[in-house]
Amino acid sequence: MTSHFLLIVLFSFFVSLVFGVLLRDQPRQQLRTGAMMFGGFVATALVLGWLMYPFPL
Amino acid sequence: MTTKSSAAERTRAAAEPGTLVLLCLAAWVIPGAGHLWMGRRQKGIVFLLALTAMFFIGLLLHGRIFPFEVSEPLVALAAVANVLAGGPWMIARMLDAGGGIVTAATYESGNCFLIVAGLLNFLVILDAFDIGMGRK
Repeated sequence: MTSHFLLIVLFSFFVSLVFGVLLRDQPRQQLRTGAMMFGGFVATALVLGWLMYPFPL
Repeated sequence: MTTKSSAAERTRAAAEPGTLVLLCLAAWVIPGAGHLWMGRRQKGIVFLLALTAMFFIGLLLHGRIFPFEVSEPLVALAAVANVLAGGPWMIARMLDAGGGIVTAATYESGNCFLIVAGLLNFLVILDAFDIGMGRK
């Protein structure tokens, strides 16, 4: 698997899962926190990707 | 007659310094073991599965387990983060895995998975310590 986008989705999933479970005690709150964190990770990655688009490597 | 100990009783028992050290050691060697010990089964199982999976995905992505090189501070810090992963790190070292392939497209991603798995396990250990101290 060499798709960087899929890798960041996978990474975001695990980090959000651990933080959601670590920070909250109720399953519903854990799910909500984890989902918000996951969305934040992926959205930030997409925005940063677009911002870096004009730059040469 | 057998008696079932409640989570509160286990918390009181863990507040003793020797038991706290054992709790943290167990939480380091097996990610999530501290929470399982303190009766937080759901959290313990999630940490065990997620952190172990993260570490081994890092290895599959050709990430590197960094050596302790004091002359290279960032490498030494990465090595500390790797060690914090506990059991998975020990298994990888025993199997001689984690050599890392610098030319692989996923090398940096692999390093990221390996390092973050260790750092998250450190947070999990601190959380187990707090539970043991009765703060949570």
